Amino acid sequence: MDELSLYVLDITMNSVRAGATLICVSLIEQGQWLDFRVQDNGCGMTEEQLAKLANPFFTTRKTRKVGLGIPFLKMLAEMTGGYVEISSVHESAGEHHGTVTHARFGKDHIDFIPIGNMVDTIKTLIQGSPEIDFEYLHKTEKGEVTLSTRELRKVLGEDISLGEPEILSWIDSYLTEQYEGLN
Amino acid sequence: MKVKALCERLGARVLCGTADGEFEGVYTGDLLSRAMSRVEYGCAWVTIMANINVVAVANLTEPALIVLAEDVIMQEDALSAAQENQLCVISTPMSAYEICCAIHEMAGE
Repeated sequence: MDELSLYVLDITMNSVRAGATLICVSLIEQGQWLDFRVQDNGCGMTEEQLAKLANPFFTTRKTRKVGLGIPFLKMLAEMTGGYVEISSVHESAGEHHGTVTHARFGKDHIDFIPIGNMVDTIKTLIQGSPEIDFEYLHKTEKGEVTLSTRELRKVLGEDISLGEPEILSWIDSYLTEQYEGLN
Repeated sequence: MKVKALCERLGARVLCGTADGEFEGVYTGDLLSRAMSRVEYGCAWVTIMANINVVAVANLTEPALIVLAEDVIMQEDALSAAQENQLCVISTPMSAYEICCAIHEMAGE
């Protein structure tokens, strides 16, 4: 994975698998840091699961015994002078459950990788799970790019799937235009 | 090719597992996400990465052995995971380039 967007896709898919109905993804660039956050209202993790998260020989997958999503994220973050912090409330603890994954990267560090194509990444996420609500924010010192599928649904009505090609193509140009504004 | 012969050629120490096996082919690379799709079953994987994630990738891709270049130190948790997964890991002062050249020479003999 040589672009950050692939990490964003990989980590956000954890939230999808956790049964989240709302996932907030943000990239905030300020000074030398890039902070990547994914917050979801999925099933969350127990203390025991949380403690084992950085170990690749721990995974919730049933199909194989190795999971590298978080270990790779942590490796990249630490390689660039940053870190990963994960907090989670398991569904057994009550109504307000979910997980927040925060990774900080030193974006000027020599081992940092390009951000890559975030427009495609967000589109892929929406296409794969059109029933989930996504809030996206990418903030730089030049401005910000945002997308809210909840806002979109308010305009489109609940009957139209966000996975429709026309909608996805609209999302593509909506995000692309905002990114052009940042340059 | 025999792992034992490789160890002799590289002046390598066996960190984990035994040198009794054989390998075929080589992959060199340190970017683990890429190695995940390139390391082939039964090959020698030459790398300078020596953390637990390397062991996890090897667990998925099943190379015959991992060859650690430039005398990198294998972290304790990585070593015990390698032992648990019965992985063969050897270590040499040579660079990845020198290791590949040596294997190429061996193959021609």
